[in-house]
Amino acid sequence: MTAPDDWEPHGGEPRGLAGARPDAGSAAGRPRPLLTVEHLTMRFGGLVAVSDVSFTARDREITAIIGPNGAGKTTVFNCMTGFYAPTTGRLALDTGRDVFLLERLEAYKIARHARVARTFQNIRLFAGMSVLENLIVAQHNKLMKASGFSVFGLLGLPIYRRAERAAVELARYWLERMQLTEAADWQAGNLPYGAQRRLEIARAMCSDPVLLCLDEPAAGLNPRESAELSELLCFIRDSHQIGVLLIEHDMSVVMGISDHVVVLDHGCKIAEGPPEVIKRTPAVIRAYLGEEEPDDALAVAGGDP
Amino acid sequence: MTTSSLASTASIRRPPRGGTTGGGLGGAVATALADGVIAAAVAFLFTLPLVGLRTEIAIGGLAINTRFVEVAVAVALVFLGRFGLSLSAAGYPVPVLAAALAVAGASLAIDFPTAPLQLIAVAGGLIVAMIAGWTAYTGRSTLSRAERQKRMDAIGAKVQVWTIWLAPIAITFAVLLPFLPFADRRFLDIAILILTYIMLGWGLNIIVGLAGLLDLGFVAFYAVGAYSYALMAYHFDLSFWACLPLAGLFAALAGLLLGFPVLRLRGDYFAIVTLGFGEIIRVILLNWYQFTGGPDGIAGIPRPSFFGLAEFIRRPRGDDVAFHQMFGLDYSSLHRMIFLYYLILALALIVNFFTVRIRRLPIGRAWEALREDDIACASLGINRTNIKLAAFSISAMWGGFAGAFFATRQGFISPESFTFIESAIILSVVVLGGMGSQLGVVVAAFVVIGLPEWFRELEQYRMLAFGAGMVLIMLWRPRGLLSHREPTITLARRRFGRAAAATSGEAT
Repeated sequence: MTAPDDWEPHGGEPRGLAGARPDAGSAAGRPRPLLTVEHLTMRFGGLVAVSDVSFTARDREITAIIGPNGAGKTTVFNCMTGFYAPTTGRLALDTGRDVFLLERLEAYKIARHARVARTFQNIRLFAGMSVLENLIVAQHNKLMKASGFSVFGLLGLPIYRRAERAAVELARYWLERMQLTEAADWQAGNLPYGAQRRLEIARAMCSDPVLLCLDEPAAGLNPRESAELSELLCFIRDSHQIGVLLIEHDMSVVMGISDHVVVLDHGCKIAEGPPEVIKRTPAVIRAYLGEEEPDDALAVAGGDP
Repeated sequence: MTTSSLASTASIRRPPRGGTTGGGLGGAVATALADGVIAAAVAFLFTLPLVGLRTEIAIGGLAINTRFVEVAVAVALVFLGRFGLSLSAAGYPVPVLAAALAVAGASLAIDFPTAPLQLIAVAGGLIVAMIAGWTAYTGRSTLSRAERQKRMDAIGAKVQVWTIWLAPIAITFAVLLPFLPFADRRFLDIAILILTYIMLGWGLNIIVGLAGLLDLGFVAFYAVGAYSYALMAYHFDLSFWACLPLAGLFAALAGLLLGFPVLRLRGDYFAIVTLGFGEIIRVILLNWYQFTGGPDGIAGIPRPSFFGLAEFIRRPRGDDVAFHQMFGLDYSSLHRMIFLYYLILALALIVNFFTVRIRRLPIGRAWEALREDDIACASLGINRTNIKLAAFSISAMWGGFAGAFFATRQGFISPESFTFIESAIILSVVVLGGMGSQLGVVVAAFVVIGLPEWFRELEQYRMLAFGAGMVLIMLWRPRGLLSHREPTITLARRRFGRAAAATSGEAT
């Protein structure tokens, strides 16, 4: 456990806020690191929710964070997206042009400048607004600029109308991708559960992120919907060329699509690596199933997608 | 006295009772009797201390007078009403209809101990008759809560669609109003008052209805606007037209200043702090005697001129031209009244136009998103503080404009005019109308301001009626009269009406 005082930058090259850096390239044939979490600790009073966790999420890869309930996965997310200020640790997001130290930024700045988008474990849609409006609100900052901070908009100038039309086009693209076009003008709160999950992902994507963080996107989905979700996440990674960070309990999703898996238990990282390796790591199997380890239990639980 | 009206509203929510339960008329009468006795017992418990015992000042202290006859009559009326409603619900609406009409008619002839009891007897009889008639007509006694909600929502959606025609008709009517034959001085006065509250309601609607922040201190900005104009006119001799924008500006600044510390809070805490700020402004106005005149207020506030061109006075000073001379009319004190009426109408319409427009802009959508879920807003990169501040100060600005108008209309202001009850009335206009609904504010302003003004002759009973109306709306329409929400943008290029019908049909 790291005390607040004895924290020091650890490993890797030193990074500064918004400092341009040359492209490191992909030495090992893998994409460059997008998010580097170093020695992250989060304490609530006497409770240590996350203890000295370090990992790297790479660009154009799906990184999964798994672990039993209460392992601190969502806390890591909340630290990354600015909803908690971590007790210690460094969270550096390298967009290729700029480096942002997320632990120093407010939540809205992380979304606006560092372009990290997230979804929530218990869906947080704008339930009283229409599906399309949800996607337009996600493009707030872009539209706000185009509307001249409402001045051009109030005057009804064409510059704003053009921007709004472009925003609707982007929304239409994601609606089609998520099979929500028919429901575009419904109230978001009236959508079926699976559609609400898809809409939340679409909304996050409409904010044009470089890193998409999904908190249990497959929770409450049936197997067919889970399979569609896996396909969707791969599509987002491959076609939109962004990093995806995923908290998930559904092993069929995690093992099927992840490029990299981080396992947390009781706030500590117990394993990290590609899914095939994680499946066979004894510590992971122990964390999930207890001491007596039946052979390949996790692989059976995971099954084949 | 209110118990009987409460008892009758409560009974409406009972599920329908089939005629099968008691086996025909005998069973139905027995159930209805039991219902009536229970209601009468409740009424007795309430009326005995409230009506039956009355303290009066007598020689050597207070004496207790008893009014048991009134209690007996009230209990009997409650019993009859409940009995009739139960019987009607059990499947015998026609005899109940006849009996209720008979009771209402007889009540007119019989001497009651007090006038209110007679009024309640007549009105209660008519209400029971109406419900029985409705039951006889539809063949079913009540609607379930969900069904009623759905029906009212459908009505709300329809009204929203009709707005396209309703709005121009209403505006045309409002423009022609001063020239209609029945528009006398008192009528115009009430119309101006209602329009002032419509404007205030529309202003408050931005922060309460759109941004979803419960502001209990809105009257503070109304006061800032009014005092800005009064003080600037008093000290610097500025005209109304120069002061109007300044009053709005000062109110907006006050909104910004108050907003900075307040907007970190959420929900109830926010409401309580705004309530506190509203009171602080009033207390400052009351106690800063050298600056504001304290409880004496400010008198002799200049009346507005005709856009700075002419005054509304009989004999202009020097070479000035008065309004009636300018247009070759005979002098009438009504001219100024009509001008004030048009002034507030124009101001209110500007607020409305602004709100309708800004709802379709990113900032308006962000306000509504903030109301729905502010954490999700932050996760989408929306700066909540700025958005809330904008809502707060824009709302305050409209309040300031209305305040300046209030000052110039009254000619005299004092802290008395800016008490908490004003905030509460403006808020009730917004909430009753349906949060975020522009048309709802208009309807609610008529109900909340117009009706009590119209029935001023009824003296304190008008407040009773006001309270009863509030309770009824809370029971029947907890989300406000017209709380339907239209999307600000639709994907399909559908006609308004069809889009609304589709969304309301698909809802649940």
